[in-house]
Amino acid sequence: MPAEAVTHAAGGQPVVSMIGTRAMLFEAPGEFTLAQQRRIWALMEEAGSRNDVQELIPGVTNLMLVFSVPPERPQTVADWLRHAWETLPERHIKGRLFEVGVRYGGALGEDLAHVAAHTGLSPSDVISIHHAGEYTVCALGSAPGFGYLHGLDPRIATPRKAVPSLKMLAGTVTIGGMQAGISALTGPNGWNSIGFAELALFDPQRDPPALFSIGDRIRFYPESIEL
Amino acid sequence: MITVLETSALNTVQDLGRFGYRQFGVGTSGAMDPLALQVGNILLGNQPDDAGIEIQTYPFAVRFDAAGSFAVTGVDAVLDLDGHPVLPWSVEHAVVGQVLTVGPPRRGARAYVCIAGGVDVPLVLGSRSTQLRGGFGGLSGRPLEAGDRLKIAGGPASSGYGALPPAVALSRPCDHEGNVVTLRAIPATDYHLFTDEARDRFWQTEWRITPQSDRVGYRLKGEPLTLQRPIELRSYGIVPGIVQVPPAGEPIVQMADANTAGGYPRIAGVIEADLWRLAQARIGTRIRFEECDHHQGVAAMQPIASYLDDLRMMVALYRGSARRRAPLTSGAQA
Repeated sequence: MPAEAVTHAAGGQPVVSMIGTRAMLFEAPGEFTLAQQRRIWALMEEAGSRNDVQELIPGVTNLMLVFSVPPERPQTVADWLRHAWETLPERHIKGRLFEVGVRYGGALGEDLAHVAAHTGLSPSDVISIHHAGEYTVCALGSAPGFGYLHGLDPRIATPRKAVPSLKMLAGTVTIGGMQAGISALTGPNGWNSIGFAELALFDPQRDPPALFSIGDRIRFYPESIEL
Repeated sequence: MITVLETSALNTVQDLGRFGYRQFGVGTSGAMDPLALQVGNILLGNQPDDAGIEIQTYPFAVRFDAAGSFAVTGVDAVLDLDGHPVLPWSVEHAVVGQVLTVGPPRRGARAYVCIAGGVDVPLVLGSRSTQLRGGFGGLSGRPLEAGDRLKIAGGPASSGYGALPPAVALSRPCDHEGNVVTLRAIPATDYHLFTDEARDRFWQTEWRITPQSDRVGYRLKGEPLTLQRPIELRSYGIVPGIVQVPPAGEPIVQMADANTAGGYPRIAGVIEADLWRLAQARIGTRIRFEECDHHQGVAAMQPIASYLDDLRMMVALYRGSARRRAPLTSGAQA
């Protein structure tokens, strides 16, 4: 089956592939839109009812199924996923709204100037565009509690840095390409930092351990601005 | 209790892993060589999910502040119990105050010190594995340090029997081809986006494991692999064994501490049945990927299942007859 996995967004058809014997990846066609992501959430809920699934990892317009035992015929599961994808309605999650105060710029948002230079905007325009929008948590991943956010205004999209910051603080407000985020752990990070939020995104003693859930919405507001 | 007397970087408490939390961004962690940990737990009559100590830097020494039976699996190494040599892959018994020292392995990379009843650290999100990146699980979410004290749950005392190491019991003919470790792998999602030449070379190259290899992943050295054209991928789920190719072209095999999501092109997936072989390959070792399909990958788990079943049966017989011979061994509970 992996042999068929050629193009991603182009064909208009989902791409299903195996990674090893126990993981299957479903990739939706088309752009990274909230509508596509809502269909991924619907697929996730449906796949969660399968008794051969040990874990589900939603990604950005894709979904990974980790099986408890390898499927005997992966093609059967792939067909099931394609059928579910075609027939399921979008899953609208009435997420919670988080209002997150940001200390924009300064030492903890040191890439603000770079984002401004890349986008041709002034740093204060970058800031006002960033907190004008509403963001949606599409998926959690990469680090414990980290949310991939949809909703970044394309005017301030900025590619990841060629040289990652070695020790970016947890809570750093970031832009990585068309994705926005708040870093969950202190460590190396290739996304552009534009500010800092006092926020604990993950606590293993909490249930659920992650602050954000898929479908939650986030609005940023400036707590302070240092240009 | 046991007290760690000597350790260096990155020796941790691990069980078979933390499952069910990848949707929150929490990777599984767990033993790099889950087979070796399973063997240790079976030998000791432990539960399958009991935790042990994973050692990847040597020497490592612990003192038994309470008597306990133990087995060191994963490697062939010189083991010393208070001046007396003991065997790896075997059940031994330590009395109060004895010190176990695990020397550098002659074969293998990661040793598992398994103790009767398991190493009793708190369950965090359903597992005792250390999550180094998140800083939780295991002992306070960090590697072990000299002076650390670990609670041992205690179990029946036993000794004097062992297991045939998997490297012997599960050896493949190709294991003897000049120190190259062969790993079976299945082409993955982006396999056909690489050039024909890169795909051929992926299988033919003897890749070298670089020093930038750890519990997160193994970075390999060899002539870079090229895509037909650059692609930008959206973040997708990661599982141990996935072989990714970053822009520089040298593959990375994700391992037990892999992040839950990533964005590099995926050329292949190492089959689950061979991941322990990679976990036991040291830095500098050459590895080769051997193409297989889904059914071969699934079938490859069968010899491992049989090996573990045989071991369970042997241990049950041995422990049963040992109980009949000596019903009141000190510490025995059954």
